Amino acid sequence: MQTEPNVKIDQPEAAAEDFEVIQADPKQEIWRRLKKDKIAVAGGCILVVVILLSLAAPYLTSYNPNVVNMADRLLPLGSPGHILGTDHLGRDMLTRLLYGGRISVAIGFTAVAIAMFFGILIGLLAGYYKGFFDILAMRFIDILMAFPYVLLAIAIIAALGPGLLNAMIAISIVGIPYYARIVRGTVLSLREQEYIEAQKALGASDLRILFKHILPNALSPIIVAATLDVGWMIIAASGMSFLGLGAQPPMAEWGVMLSDGKDFLRVAPHISLLPGMAIFMVVLSLNLLGDGLRDALDPRLKQ
Amino acid sequence: MSADHYLEVINLKKYFPVNENLFGRNRSWLKAVDGVTFYLNRGETMGLVGESGCGKSTLGRLIINLLPPTGGEVFLENQNIFDFTGEKRKELRRKMQIIFQDPYGSLNPRMNIGDIIAEPLYIHNLARGNSVQKRVKQLLDYVGLSAYHINRYPHEFSGGQRQRVGIARALAVEPELIVCDEPVSALDVSIQSQVLNLLKDLQQELDLTYLFIAHGLNVVKHVSTRVGVMYLGKLVEITGSDELYDNPLHPYTKALLSAIPIPDPKLKRERILLSGDVQSPIDPPPGCRFNARCPVAFELCTQEEPELREYSKGHYVACHRLGRDAH
Repeated sequence: MQTEPNVKIDQPEAAAEDFEVIQADPKQEIWRRLKKDKIAVAGGCILVVVILLSLAAPYLTSYNPNVVNMADRLLPLGSPGHILGTDHLGRDMLTRLLYGGRISVAIGFTAVAIAMFFGILIGLLAGYYKGFFDILAMRFIDILMAFPYVLLAIAIIAALGPGLLNAMIAISIVGIPYYARIVRGTVLSLREQEYIEAQKALGASDLRILFKHILPNALSPIIVAATLDVGWMIIAASGMSFLGLGAQPPMAEWGVMLSDGKDFLRVAPHISLLPGMAIFMVVLSLNLLGDGLRDALDPRLKQ
Repeated sequence: MSADHYLEVINLKKYFPVNENLFGRNRSWLKAVDGVTFYLNRGETMGLVGESGCGKSTLGRLIINLLPPTGGEVFLENQNIFDFTGEKRKELRRKMQIIFQDPYGSLNPRMNIGDIIAEPLYIHNLARGNSVQKRVKQLLDYVGLSAYHINRYPHEFSGGQRQRVGIARALAVEPELIVCDEPVSALDVSIQSQVLNLLKDLQQELDLTYLFIAHGLNVVKHVSTRVGVMYLGKLVEITGSDELYDNPLHPYTKALLSAIPIPDPKLKRERILLSGDVQSPIDPPPGCRFNARCPVAFELCTQEEPELREYSKGHYVACHRLGRDAH
């Protein structure tokens, strides 16, 4: 091959073989299927609106979410100047909801990102190298999974001390096994594929095989899992805050707001109801989007 | 070991553990390849035939060092390939390549054709920048695909075209030896001959040596100069491809040959029908592996394993019957 040979091969077969299987690009195909799923699109739209609203919070309201105004406390819905009323310290509910959305959504995505990072790393290494590391990592993950999620998160916070950051770390750790298992399972089947063997035969390094060939092919189940998991993480983070283990008052966070309102349920139910509904909306929209994404990525899974 | 052979395989073994118990100790072994010895000359095509599960593919993977052997040696130009580590091993990868059976599973579905063929160039630093594209186009040209296929994804191609991409990828590192692991068995009959002819043409142009694995003798006859017949992890007969058809000596080879259909309804031929199932390769009993199904087996066959011996020049057979009486 060094001497630039003229490989002249008769190609009458080119004609016979040229009826290629024309298919759309897989990414476009997924996008097309997702767009057809109206419920998923609705979920995605709600999510985008929530994110945009919380990002634009300073422009949408002139109140400060944390400034107490005892003169206007416990105003009901529809009060002049406070469309969604005020809480027991006279803070504007709409403002607090918008600012709270920032924290809740950010925590949800960050916690998932952290859990995903470590979960993928553990899953890749365990599934690819098998052997001792696999046994060790999987037993550790079995131990993590043996505890109820919330209990484990509370235990970790108890060790780290309460606070928003620690709560996020705790729910991230709780989420790791989920990803590690998914990734490991996928990698176990992918590593036996012939195109991985081909890379080995070509002399590719393990790092190259793992990140250039295995990870991209393992991505679709991870994406679905992550989308559905963001909702769970938001609930978990709010739950921790509600219990006083996560975000601390007076921070505008949905879980904290829920907790603030629990003493005023009979006089001013909107203080708890509004953040509760906000959590419900965001989590629902994420689940709808996640389900749609799963169906779009793998139509065979659709029931 | 004679020095004039390009590749020497000596007593190569690969056992897979089965039935691992709780403590990781195995109670039994699957003997996929059990003491295989043969050689390859430079520039020739050696066919390897045998039933499914007889260890052909495992043997092919052992030879290109994709699997660690349980025992035995493979010498490439008088160097034991299992001694190679690190950089030398990576260099070895450039000399030996493999073409896979399943054209649907052997290409990464997330990469386009250009990237798939460029991978080996990047791995071995064979080309950079603009020369990558040039080389990829040249390789596509070798295998009869055109440059406009570069940005397409594997799922847009037919089986035969994918197999061509697989061949181009293997050629990218300028190998000397290519293990063809049933490269045409997944293809339509009309496409099979095209790919076989492509492989033959490439062999002439690029001076390649092939180990051609197949499960049918007709494909092997078309391409090989010599043929090895495998049965349950053992080579039972090796000889020139014409000699094999004219004068098969091992009873298993005879049975295989009689199973090739002849496209002539008037021609009557005695078919040797093998009775019984293939033995399990897990912990095989002593004696010849074939004895349970062999029409001419006798006492010795259940006691002692026959060795591969040269009966006439270049014709190796492992059978106790030979030399005792004509059959």
